[in-house]
Amino acid sequence: MKLSRIIANTGEWLSGSGPHDQIVVSSRVRLARNLKGKPFPGWAKKAERVAILEEIRGAVEQLPEMQESFSEKLEDLSPLERQVLVERHLISREHAAKGAGSAVVMNTAQTLSFMINEEDHLRMQAIRAGLQLDEVFAMINQADSELEESLDFAFHNDLGYLTACPTNVGTGMRASAMLHLPGLVMSEQVNKIINSVNKIGLAVRGLHGEGTEAMGNLFQVSNQTTLGEAEVEIIGRLNKVIYQILEHEQNARQILLQQRAETLLDQIGRAYGILCHAHSVTSKEALNLLSFIKMGIDLGLFPSKNRLQVDELFIETQPAHLQKGLQTTKLGAEERDSLRAALIRAKLKQMPEPEIGKIPTTPTTTTQESTE
Amino acid sequence: MFCDVCKSKEATVFLTQIVEGKMQKVNLCESCSKEKGVNDPTGFALADLLLGLGAAQEIEKNPAGIRCPVCGFSQIDFKKTGRLGCSACYDAFAEGLSGMLKNMHRGLIHVGKVPASLALTRRRTQELTKLEEGLAKAIASEHFEEAAALRDKIRTLEAESFAQSEEPEPVNRIASLAEPEAPVLGPAPKSRKKP
Repeated sequence: MKLSRIIANTGEWLSGSGPHDQIVVSSRVRLARNLKGKPFPGWAKKAERVAILEEIRGAVEQLPEMQESFSEKLEDLSPLERQVLVERHLISREHAAKGAGSAVVMNTAQTLSFMINEEDHLRMQAIRAGLQLDEVFAMINQADSELEESLDFAFHNDLGYLTACPTNVGTGMRASAMLHLPGLVMSEQVNKIINSVNKIGLAVRGLHGEGTEAMGNLFQVSNQTTLGEAEVEIIGRLNKVIYQILEHEQNARQILLQQRAETLLDQIGRAYGILCHAHSVTSKEALNLLSFIKMGIDLGLFPSKNRLQVDELFIETQPAHLQKGLQTTKLGAEERDSLRAALIRAKLKQMPEPEIGKIPTTPTTTTQESTE
Repeated sequence: MFCDVCKSKEATVFLTQIVEGKMQKVNLCESCSKEKGVNDPTGFALADLLLGLGAAQEIEKNPAGIRCPVCGFSQIDFKKTGRLGCSACYDAFAEGLSGMLKNMHRGLIHVGKVPASLALTRRRTQELTKLEEGLAKAIASEHFEEAAALRDKIRTLEAESFAQSEEPEPVNRIASLAEPEAPVLGPAPKSRKKP
């Protein structure tokens, strides 16, 4: 199957739905595995990597869940195609930089993806919309169990699954959730949250990096440790923390509505105004403004039927996605900014102005979530 | 303050992380922070970066010149990349790694998933170890009846794993106990029920 056909559709994690998907954008679990007795990709010679690739790729393609799949060597993908996969969180940035001896296999729903010869021989992930870490873990755990029938994974009696980097040894698992937290950012509470989450051994990363403001108010929470704790325990701990953050975010939004409704309306209105009329928008600006529109939808200021459009814009305004339909050579930053602005204008044309009357009269528009 | 990575430029990005009361700090310059993916939305590079720097320092404790006998990876390679060469490196560098793993993780023993093919053997090995420890304790404290019961359990377990594997006859780990000079250790009385 061709990549262009797969990426023509938005991945399930973006277009699909899941519990708490207004705040929890996606849940993802990845497992790192290596073949017994073979040097790790970073140390293996090219011929060894190619042999490992063939062995693993064959096994992955045989999986029942991968019957409808896309499988390609990295060297046969253009830089733009690789970047598109990175922007969709289907491969890592490190993997996109790999050449001969690496490959990617993913299913058409884009819920499962297998990176062969990334930092480890095999990194497989499952990703879905909303908060469903247990479900994505079950998906990838099943794939792992099926694979171990044909592949001999490196496993140490004490240390568990062995990985190229000691930070991943044990379960080889990294579970993470992408959270949209504009309320906590606006009320300047997000640092406090990040600090306390770090204290219990979980990592929070922004889209923009460490610090107060993350691009698009998106934050990734994940486990930091992989040894000494079972997969379900790690996920349980992560889930608990995510529920708490969710609650804090909902509370922050309620307080903003009650105490700073003008500021809130101003931010959302400005975001709408700029995005509807700008002719040059950088990807950072786009994400930050789209975040307010997204929150506006959560608060009932925009019709919820526009939600998917806005969510898709988070991805479609990324540099590689902007250019994926074009046959032209790589665009410059300025050209991309104006192309991005045009795309956003076109998409938001179908979206009505924010219904500001909704804010003072119905201050509890998010109760739908908080009752859960 | 200089960047921890290139050690030449002024550090402008300061990362601090507290894991279970232990503080780790990394100071980076702008270009190294970009290179290391601190700004990377998609990567999981930060943990690796934070822990990787400590990792390289830890392994220095290893006597110089150790190489992995399987893949030839050296500690200098590890220092450079923060990655190991192959699965056997974990044994080759075990000494230096254990301190590092202790800092990074919640424990030193894997308690999660085990490949199905190994699960049974692993469970048996763990159980055997536990029983043997109990046996040694029982003998030391002269609780010979208990020791006999434990010995029988160990025998049963070993027989089971022998029946399911094609390995040569298992070494009788408690042969000495079964010898006639220890007559107290006859079969455990049936009336004595072990919890």
